[in-house]
Amino acid sequence: MAIIEVRELSKVFGNDPKRAYRLLDQGWSKERIAKETKLTVGVNRVSFSIEPGEIFVIMGLSGSGKSTLVRLLNRLIEPTSGQVLIDGKDIVRLSAEELRQVRRKTISMVFQKFALFPHRTVLENVEYGLEIQGVAKSARTEKALKTLELVGLGGWADKSPDELSGGMQQRVGLARGLANDPDILLMDEAFSALDPLIRKDMQDELLELQATMKKTIVFITHDLDEALRIGDRIALMKDGVVVQIGTPEEILTHPANEYVERFVEDVDLSKVLTASHVMIRAETITMDRGPRVALQLMRDRGISNLYVVDKSRQLLGVVTAEASAEAAKTGRGLEDILVREMTTVPPDVHLSELFEVVSAAKIPVAVVDDRQRLLGIIIRGAVLSALSGNTETEAGDAE
Amino acid sequence: MNLDLPKLPIGRWVETVEGWLESNAGPLFKGIKTLIGSTVNGLSDAFNAVPALLMIVLFTVLAYWIGRTRIALFTLLGLYLVYNLGYWEHTMETLALVLTASVISVVIGVPLGIGCARSNGLQKIVTPVLDFMQTMPAFVYLLPAVAFFSLGVVPGVIASVIFGIPPTIRLTNLGIRQVPGDLVEAADAFGSTPMQKLFKLQLPIAAPTIMAGVNQTIMLSLSMVVIASMIGAQGVGADVYRAVTQAKTGVGFEAGLAVVVLAIILDRITQNLITNKRKGK
Repeated sequence: MAIIEVRELSKVFGNDPKRAYRLLDQGWSKERIAKETKLTVGVNRVSFSIEPGEIFVIMGLSGSGKSTLVRLLNRLIEPTSGQVLIDGKDIVRLSAEELRQVRRKTISMVFQKFALFPHRTVLENVEYGLEIQGVAKSARTEKALKTLELVGLGGWADKSPDELSGGMQQRVGLARGLANDPDILLMDEAFSALDPLIRKDMQDELLELQATMKKTIVFITHDLDEALRIGDRIALMKDGVVVQIGTPEEILTHPANEYVERFVEDVDLSKVLTASHVMIRAETITMDRGPRVALQLMRDRGISNLYVVDKSRQLLGVVTAEASAEAAKTGRGLEDILVREMTTVPPDVHLSELFEVVSAAKIPVAVVDDRQRLLGIIIRGAVLSALSGNTETEAGDAE
Repeated sequence: MNLDLPKLPIGRWVETVEGWLESNAGPLFKGIKTLIGSTVNGLSDAFNAVPALLMIVLFTVLAYWIGRTRIALFTLLGLYLVYNLGYWEHTMETLALVLTASVISVVIGVPLGIGCARSNGLQKIVTPVLDFMQTMPAFVYLLPAVAFFSLGVVPGVIASVIFGIPPTIRLTNLGIRQVPGDLVEAADAFGSTPMQKLFKLQLPIAAPTIMAGVNQTIMLSLSMVVIASMIGAQGVGADVYRAVTQAKTGVGFEAGLAVVVLAIILDRITQNLITNKRKGK
């Protein structure tokens, strides 16, 4: 079941939101409504659902409504209409006290400009969420120290936040968000204020933490590269509307409209697409077949190599047409002509790292999972063809 | 053509209200009078019960603890000068008056300032009232104060509070409104109650600004002591007033010096409280 489900969620700033809906229905744009009335459409009838453990990126340029949208999820901004179901419970209808409980236990938030409390030490900042729940001093200190350790700031507990660098301050922000063990972490442009190298480190660290924590993360960003790097799925926003929701690959390879297309056209595909996108199905044979069968197969398919696997599709090696013909004459088995040394790559390696491997290999590179099971192969032309934007055929073949 | 309206009887209205209050809220005023009167007298008796030289040492230690060596030194020399000139007892009476007025101002002013920060409606009502209080000549407060509380130190305290309270209210309001929005948002996002937000975030962050208001309030109260002496408040202000009415420049200067010394000490000590807060402990 979805952990967050957003239904027809809207936010209109101004006195007469119903009027804005009427105008929107008449096809008025957000700009026109803002110009001719005193109403601002922040978020316009957005629906999506987020699964537990997912990193869901909401991405858009400034003014697209993404920051408003994330604040509707924990009601820092009151929605004008629509529902936000968290674990099936509609946040919008909760009383002030019930909402406080949800904010204390279920959802926490990390802010763009860190929003650390300057009059409190690093430790006291991280303790804050537990403190206001009335957790005993010793228990919350212990928990806060553990969380600081987790983000690599174990030795900084007694410092004041302004003694820390930007990257470290945001680690404190992250620790503060994690200290009360929320199921959901809202991250509002959390890394945007950091310089590019630190930002990349933080992204890596977040992914690393996420691998063990398995929180549901809603991550707001205006940076497409960031969205593509960390998002399991991305919702692209424009003018308060979600234009497209999909995995990074779907958004890159099947842009829903011209806007998304323009948005993604400058993306370096080689850093987004992975081996799994360009691999094609491998022709395989099991060891108990003879070389004649192998030859026949190769002749039928017009290929010169066959990948040999066992019953659980574990890759054992490759046999060539030449060797098979030789073996058929001399009566040897496949085992005798099997070439075991060959290049393999995992499915999530990026194309940028594949160029050399693929061009150096004599036979198509095999893609194997972590248990050495054969997933597919990469032929030389596929990488270049994918980079020229022609990914659909390969993806189709691989299925 | 004559468009002149007859003169509006504003003065009569004010007197009617005053008269009504006098006859209907008498017990309330009596209670306030007893409370304030006994506080001021109790404080001034307590200050004067301690031998003057010991008191000077105590003030010096306080100044050293809060401020730095220079302030401590000034406190020591300044208070000794006051003692030497023979104004010690009256200066302590004045200090009691100023402290009472300041405490009342803080007790009323800070909550009112918090209220203004939370409610734009309240702020819209309070701001013009404060403007009025600060620009209406201070002497004017003396009359109703005397009418309600008769002569003595109590109307002096009341007049000082009215004159001195605006900065505390204004700067409390300002200080809380200036707490950065993302910090308030963070406090909300973690599920703080309004009280938790106030005490754990807004007041600590606004503290230096609020203290600046309190500092101003103390200074304004002190500036009222001479005026308050016109309606019978005792203390060093009365010495100044007497010297002025008798045209004794020398005595007036000496007594005035005592007020200056007290003012500088109170100002420096409260200012150092602010800077200490800024530095964080």
